[in-house]
Amino acid sequence: MNLADGPTPSPPATARQPGPLAGAGRRRRARAVAALAGRRLAFAVPVLVLVSAAVFALGAASPFDPVKQYYGNQIFTASQSDVDRVRAELGVDEPALVQFGHWLGGLLTGDLGHSRSFRQPVTDVIGERLPWTLLLMCSGLAVAVLLALVLGTLAARRQGGWLDRVVTAVGHALEGIPPFVLALGAIAVFALTLRWLPVAGLTDAGQPATFSQVTRHLVLPASVLGVSQSPWLVLHVRQSLLSSLAEDHVAGARARGLAEWMVVLRHALPTALLPFVTLVGARVPELVTGAVLVEEVFSWPGLASAVVKSALSVDFPLLAALTLLATLAVLLGSLLADVAVALLDPRVATDG
Amino acid sequence: MPHPRPLRPRLVPVLLALAAATALVACSAPANPDASRDADRTRLTLVDPNEPDSLNPLLGYAESGASKLFDGLLAYRADRTLEPALAAELPQPSADGKSWTVKLRKDVRFHDGSPFDAADVVATYKAALNPAYASTVRSSLSMISDVVEMDPRTVRFDLAYPYAPFQHKLVMGILPSEVLAKPEPQDRSPMNVKPIGTGPYELEDWRRGERMVLKANDTYWGGAPKIRKITVVFATDDNTRAQRLRGGDFDGGPLPPKLAKTFENTDGFKVVTHRTSDYRTIEMPMGNPVTGDKAIRLALNYAVNRKGMIDALLAGKGAPASTPIPQSLPEFVEPSAQFRYDRAEAERVLDEAGWVKGDDGIRGRDGRRAAFTVMYPAGDNVRKDLAQAFASDAKAVGVEVNLEGLGWDAIEPRMGQDALVLGDGNPFDPDLTSYPLLHSSYAGDGFNNPGSYKNPEVDEALDAARRTIDPAQRVAYYKQFQRAYAADPGMVFLVFLDHTYVVRDGWTGYEPIVEGHVHGFTWGPWWNVQDWAPKR
Repeated sequence: MNLADGPTPSPPATARQPGPLAGAGRRRRARAVAALAGRRLAFAVPVLVLVSAAVFALGAASPFDPVKQYYGNQIFTASQSDVDRVRAELGVDEPALVQFGHWLGGLLTGDLGHSRSFRQPVTDVIGERLPWTLLLMCSGLAVAVLLALVLGTLAARRQGGWLDRVVTAVGHALEGIPPFVLALGAIAVFALTLRWLPVAGLTDAGQPATFSQVTRHLVLPASVLGVSQSPWLVLHVRQSLLSSLAEDHVAGARARGLAEWMVVLRHALPTALLPFVTLVGARVPELVTGAVLVEEVFSWPGLASAVVKSALSVDFPLLAALTLLATLAVLLGSLLADVAVALLDPRVATDG
Repeated sequence: MPHPRPLRPRLVPVLLALAAATALVACSAPANPDASRDADRTRLTLVDPNEPDSLNPLLGYAESGASKLFDGLLAYRADRTLEPALAAELPQPSADGKSWTVKLRKDVRFHDGSPFDAADVVATYKAALNPAYASTVRSSLSMISDVVEMDPRTVRFDLAYPYAPFQHKLVMGILPSEVLAKPEPQDRSPMNVKPIGTGPYELEDWRRGERMVLKANDTYWGGAPKIRKITVVFATDDNTRAQRLRGGDFDGGPLPPKLAKTFENTDGFKVVTHRTSDYRTIEMPMGNPVTGDKAIRLALNYAVNRKGMIDALLAGKGAPASTPIPQSLPEFVEPSAQFRYDRAEAERVLDEAGWVKGDDGIRGRDGRRAAFTVMYPAGDNVRKDLAQAFASDAKAVGVEVNLEGLGWDAIEPRMGQDALVLGDGNPFDPDLTSYPLLHSSYAGDGFNNPGSYKNPEVDEALDAARRTIDPAQRVAYYKQFQRAYAADPGMVFLVFLDHTYVVRDGWTGYEPIVEGHVHGFTWGPWWNVQDWAPKR
């Protein structure tokens, strides 16, 4: 979605282009960017409605029986007549469209409904778990971006050198490794063999969620998430830095005798970073799926593991709310990336 | 492309410093920071594979007691007998056995400080029975026709029929009546995640999918527990639990027999084995033309090598099963109703019934092959192993068994046609397990008696035992039931699983028990943790 309707930066000519953004021009630009954001947000509404309707439709086709989930182990001793009574009481046999109507009506009045799998209000489930997911995803993204900038720059700086060869090879290999394999491997090495870091959880058994506890438990999942997301970013930074190092303005800077780090960091890197920002936005969906897998493996008490549980239990209200959140994250990610690029590079069209 | 000049020295340190900082954060964390916990024996940290869905007794939490958070009117002792908990004394039935009057304990308070009285008992049991609350324990209380508050300290239960083991229905946790004011499905009740009981512990914190923390109830009517805090960490993977137990993360937890054995010579730990009534049986549908034949079922009961299964699959931790009544309840066991391993007898029964061996070694009769399918829940390794062993024993006498591992949603609609590895069992009264499993009134009713076994003699003995108060007379009826069942077995009981646990040394108060089919940390060595104390 992002790549299709996103901005299309024209081939950069110089690192900075002063001039046209002064005074009235700057205000016009700000309005255009605001209009872009407005259009995208308006577009998001039908997308979200469609996505949540699709969740209910898929749920209706699910082979799992929500009444069995409601009963849990009690199902084995329950009489059929009692099970049928509960089925009627819970209204789980209502058509998906009717259930969707109930849910949508509740949503409009601010009531997200009740999660059957967690047996508590959906807002409580999200309220307890969203912060941990945000923490994990932001740290993971930070690790990925940091890795991309550091390794991408170093690799491009000496194309064909040993570091470049290692980074490229490992990067391509990592692209093919699913995050949960990486997670299990990391646990085997850093938690079980070396015993540097805890295996799983948010804190040690029986400890409160203090800063040092959470930090220690965050390192491994966040690193795994970051590393699993990094190869695309690293290879991208490397590639675009390579092309911008070949640009005239870089050659010009070199000719002026500027220091090498100045040439790379101030002249070549900025032009290489514009498409990078777009790419980071476009990676948000992978980040969300990656987080689901990493949270599962590390028993991280975030939203992603709730997705799995609610899907297995055909827990419509929670599943729909979580899907909406994920969709929203993707839309926002791409919007923020586009706004950032539009603000950074005045030549970028604001798709209207 | 311009020829890259060597990197100036200043760029390298900047980038390397960034990388090193990341690595440092990752590596600076100390291992096992919990060594200090060894000193504090007032805290107990356990690991368990099963996280409860809910802590609400109306949704089945701790249905057979040992709840920690709630009290029933009665509670179990180590010897499986009942003692008063929220009741002031053991209740007695009326002369016709159809009503039971319970006197209640005084001066009991819920965790929120509200006083406990008869209204709470009435509200809890009425909510369990009222379909509007969608309680999942309703079926097991179906004998209750009314609950009446006689006065604030007395409750009377009226039954639809005389039910001798009724005291066992009084171990369910009692909720405060205030939280039951509104009749609504219990998945909406705040009690699911923030329970308010009268029990020895209150819930301090529960991070779903990770761990639960209980803290001692200082005003507990039975005295403040000496173990002040219990943390239960949830870890489904057996090897993870074993590894983290060994690493010192936990003070105990359940492990499968083979893994538990590896702790037998580990300093500081002991392995606890509980005998159980937790049976595994090959349940046989009467609607299937092969399993519906009495000779096939009888022959397979002789053909299976139960001892061999226990030794090979359960590391010796189990007991052979022929009926739902285990040897661990010796007073009820009928010795003549036990099947021996006798392949020749199995072949004789089949030959006599006209099941003739074909060229491929599989028997047939009137053009029908002696073949059927056994389903087991996918992911349950014990049931899968037992199903495979059963299939190989059956093949040896000329009966072909095909195996299918499925989810419960796929199993349920096929239970009338295909056999199934079933497991359950309650150690407290034979009625609780045997009646729903084998009485014809439960035939095909949900997961109760799924094979629709119907045997008038079995029905008669089970009904008589249920309506008789005199204990000796009841034992006689249950022995009669077992003889009638063994003459025409409805299924092939294989084993009673032992439950094995690893427990760290350092506490006193543990008492061995016989367990049922339980999920979660309610039972196990910690069933009476409120009576434990740190070892001096």
